Amino acid sequence: MSKLFTKDHEWLAVDGDVATVGITAYAQSQLGDVVYVELPELGRRVSKGGEAAVVESVKAASDVFSPVTGEIVEVNAALSDAPQSVNEDPEGGAWFFKIRLADKGETAELMDKAAYDAFVATL
Amino acid sequence: MADPDSTSHDHADAAPPLRTPLYDEHVALGARMVPFAGYEMPVQYPAGILAEHGWTREAAGLFDVSHMGQATVSARDHETAARALEALMPGDILGLGLGRIRYTQLTTDDGGIVDDLMVTRPIDPADDGRLMLVVNAGRKAIDYARLAERLPADVALHVAADRALIALQGPKAEAVMARLAPGAEALAFMSAAPFTVAGFEASVARSGYTGEDGFEISVTDGHAAALWRALLAEPEVKPVGLGARDSLRLEAGLCLYGHDIDETTSPVEAGLVWSIGKRRRAGGGFPGDGRIRHELEAGPARKRVGIRPEGRAPAREGTEIRLPGGAPIGVVTSGGFGPTVGGPVAMGYVAAAHAAPGTAVELVVRGKGLPATIAQMPFVPNRYKR
Repeated sequence: MSKLFTKDHEWLAVDGDVATVGITAYAQSQLGDVVYVELPELGRRVSKGGEAAVVESVKAASDVFSPVTGEIVEVNAALSDAPQSVNEDPEGGAWFFKIRLADKGETAELMDKAAYDAFVATL
Repeated sequence: MADPDSTSHDHADAAPPLRTPLYDEHVALGARMVPFAGYEMPVQYPAGILAEHGWTREAAGLFDVSHMGQATVSARDHETAARALEALMPGDILGLGLGRIRYTQLTTDDGGIVDDLMVTRPIDPADDGRLMLVVNAGRKAIDYARLAERLPADVALHVAADRALIALQGPKAEAVMARLAPGAEALAFMSAAPFTVAGFEASVARSGYTGEDGFEISVTDGHAAALWRALLAEPEVKPVGLGARDSLRLEAGLCLYGHDIDETTSPVEAGLVWSIGKRRRAGGGFPGDGRIRHELEAGPARKRVGIRPEGRAPAREGTEIRLPGGAPIGVVTSGGFGPTVGGPVAMGYVAAAHAAPGTAVELVVRGKGLPATIAQMPFVPNRYKR
């Protein structure tokens, strides 16, 4: 399934009415070594653009925003013990959470890979 | 994701950032440059902060600290220069031996800290009457103005604006210096002497800001890049940025000005009493001596302490410290992940009654009280060459 992207450097992969969310390779390169990840509680409702998780590098803490509105249905608990996997496999195994979409129409505002790569090239 | 750079603690002025003589070296090495204390400085190289931190603890890290201020005060003899500085700081400068370095603080008239600094007495008796200062980049202007205003007429201040400072830190630094500057390996901790390093005249100090053995090398700007390259060509040496410099000094329990110490904190509260000479404690005669001597006698109301959070979540600067489920007792002034410790570490100020190592506290991180313990510092044992 193809990924969609936000200007805040989250990615989203939609499968039916559930989407998997993580941070992009560009985001991890900007963060540097990730040493801590805080994941949302299961069942929590988050809004599009709202704070959903926290990722911390040696230097700083950053909020991870939800690209869409919905309910958290699964979190990647493995990140708690292996936060460095966010550096190693940010757009694969180191996904953050899965969210049940409240409004699939929201994804229309996200960028596809080509648009995101073009956006990153301007940074 | 929120921009991580927007949460970094730099205090860039509106003025365009300054560059050290090593700027081009950093860029060529692929460093990420960030504004820091008015300069564009490398926060990390491609290896990353964890690798740079680890390399410094096991081999030798090379740091550009040319943004720091280097200055000299001079007078007709050591006693005149030393007494003039002692009127501004609580360190024992008069008793400083030839070629010895003292860590001390410029104090405010209220007993706070204007800046912390190193004072070096030259090793050559022919240079006596001169004292070299190294001050923090972000405080240079304030320090120099204070010195210029308060030094007596027979003591001159000279700002060495044309000198770079390169730190080589780590257990293998000594072997590198023995090769490039024979004899420098024999320097004792907190001593300095002139050496030719890789062919360049330099002032070499056995000192640093990492908790490791190491050297700080002062050279003219024109020789900085060539010396930097010569040091980097040694197999034990890799470049290290400000990010790892911060995690190294935090694990070593060392204060960062503007965070762990400032104009409101006294040297006694900050746990820097060891740097106040016995004669100075008894005799006073430095700015803020009333408060400082009172705190030495009665104990300070608050103390700087080490803190070990349980779990993995780092507690950053500004985090509230409270008794478990109870009242606030202080605030974190530096905090993050300690790569050598392998977990979060922090330091901060707490009410003196709760400052004993082993005291259970809570750190309020994102609204939640995380359990933590007041801990002895340093978090990683010092390995200075005494």
